[in-house]
Amino acid sequence: MSRFNQFLSGLLLATAATLAQAEVSLLNVSYDVARDVYKDYNPLFQKFWKAKTGEEVTLKQSHGGSTKQVRAVADGLEADVVTMNQANDVEFLAEKGLVAKDWNRKFPNNASPYTSAMVFIVRKGNPKSIRDWGDLAKDGVQVILPHPKNTGNGRNSYLSAWAWALKQPGGSDQGAQAFVGRLLKNAPLFAAGGRDATTTFMQRRIGDVLLTFECEAELIAREFGKGEFEVVYPSLTLQTEFPVALVDKVVDKKGTRKLAQAYLDYLWSPEGQENAARNYLRPRSAELLKKYAAQFPAVKTFTVDDVFGGPAKAFATHFKDGGSFDQIYVSK
Amino acid sequence: MSAPHSPPRVLPGLGLGLGYALVYLSLIVLIPLGALILKSSELGLHGILDIATGERALAALRVTFGASLAAAAINGVFGLIVAWMLVRYDFPGKRLVDSLVDLPFALPTAVAGITLATLYAGNGWIGRWLEPLGLKVAYTPLGIVVALTFIGLPFVVRTLQPVIEDIEPEVEEAAATLGASRWQTFVRILFPAIFPALLTGFSLAFARALGEYGSVIFIAGNLPLVSEITPLLIISKLEQYDLLGATALAVVMLAISFVLLLAINLLQWWAANRHRGSVVEGARP
Repeated sequence: MSRFNQFLSGLLLATAATLAQAEVSLLNVSYDVARDVYKDYNPLFQKFWKAKTGEEVTLKQSHGGSTKQVRAVADGLEADVVTMNQANDVEFLAEKGLVAKDWNRKFPNNASPYTSAMVFIVRKGNPKSIRDWGDLAKDGVQVILPHPKNTGNGRNSYLSAWAWALKQPGGSDQGAQAFVGRLLKNAPLFAAGGRDATTTFMQRRIGDVLLTFECEAELIAREFGKGEFEVVYPSLTLQTEFPVALVDKVVDKKGTRKLAQAYLDYLWSPEGQENAARNYLRPRSAELLKKYAAQFPAVKTFTVDDVFGGPAKAFATHFKDGGSFDQIYVSK
Repeated sequence: MSAPHSPPRVLPGLGLGLGYALVYLSLIVLIPLGALILKSSELGLHGILDIATGERALAALRVTFGASLAAAAINGVFGLIVAWMLVRYDFPGKRLVDSLVDLPFALPTAVAGITLATLYAGNGWIGRWLEPLGLKVAYTPLGIVVALTFIGLPFVVRTLQPVIEDIEPEVEEAAATLGASRWQTFVRILFPAIFPALLTGFSLAFARALGEYGSVIFIAGNLPLVSEITPLLIISKLEQYDLLGATALAVVMLAISFVLLLAINLLQWWAANRHRGSVVEGARP
């Protein structure tokens, strides 16, 4: 892009180059909380690849805030594949020419091998009887969520609330914005990130309801005990996608296209899908979804494409400076 | 240096030393800052001011500079007391207390922020006593001041210690024998000697607080127009893939900081000279 970026990317390249010296290796640049999923997935793929080609393959992982990660890739971090939690982040790489423009058609299911849903975590016994989005905007309810403008997790909650209000009888964009505004007034703080929101809610005991991913509920149970909270599924919520893509520029340069393609394809294999389910991410396979039905209750979901005309449009309308989020605060 | 007949210097290696210092400073400080300014210049002055004078940006600048000044001022007062205690008095465990002062230097700031938020939250060890008094600290601008005070303390203490060590107790004794009251001794003798170092410590703590991000975001609450700091808005711009907007905010912060630090330095220079002047005057027969 600019000289400044090249200067920064020089530093990153130097680190990436030392990483990439092993014979057959693959770098998967991923979002922050994907550690467990890919820690379990990588040995599965290594076994599969060994059996298929006889090749030993070294798999490297890099985790960090999703947007920071794609910026590093754009600035020269040599990722063969990216596995993200926001379509916008992959879109950003497509704009930079690193990823195919039609990346979301290169793999099934919008290139998202598994999904999750935005849910409510409430205190044991649900003392404020929170059942649906409407309850979150009531007086006297405190809502905990990560920053709705700066974090993927917070953005997903924001869009879920908006879509729910829009789908109510007589719903309109103005009505939805007013509703989301009332809901956000009930937030005593905006947490720095998903895990910070969890700590605030569970450990510091602030708030009546925590908005988060379904898959986080299991981690909370492991950390704080199952009896400490309840999960509430609202009447309508966002199905969050976790898009994956090949970084064309890198795989062509390194000659790893076949390997990288296989690495991502295998996410849709029965083993890959079951691994996702074991990590509390909803698999795409209907069969596995049935098998793990106890952990994935049926819930009515929408996608960003359904309601907001795609992630790029949703982002521009709501989260860019001057977008709907800023209007809630600034236009007063 | 440019004078044609400069006298030979007593110490060797000026040319080499100066060259090294300049190259090093350029590499570490000037080039990155220059790149930042160059990048933001793509927007033009008008574009930068547009971004910096938005309602949220202005509110964030107020919070950032206000909280940083408050924290540096608190550290100026209490850091001076701590430094004085550590130099002038002997007590058991003094070494331990002395090394405690450095901890905020060493602790990752995110850890500091999370710990402080836990302590000052409504059910935290400190927060549970403050909240019944109607004093909310965590997730308010007050929380920002607490975090910034924490990270700024060592700057004030460590700057003051050597200066206080240099003041001989005999000076105070002399003042006492000449009939000065304790208050007079402090105001006329001790404080003028400490003041320049205190200003240095203050400006270091202030500058450190301005750029602080890691500890603040965990305790601030980050509500727009209330408890957002400018570094958070910079991150927000980056989350929008808006590198230019982020550099614009950074440059504005840099410019304001530079002006303030320059003012503090001038004040310090004035204080140091005034002090020197009075000593010379007093030495006259």
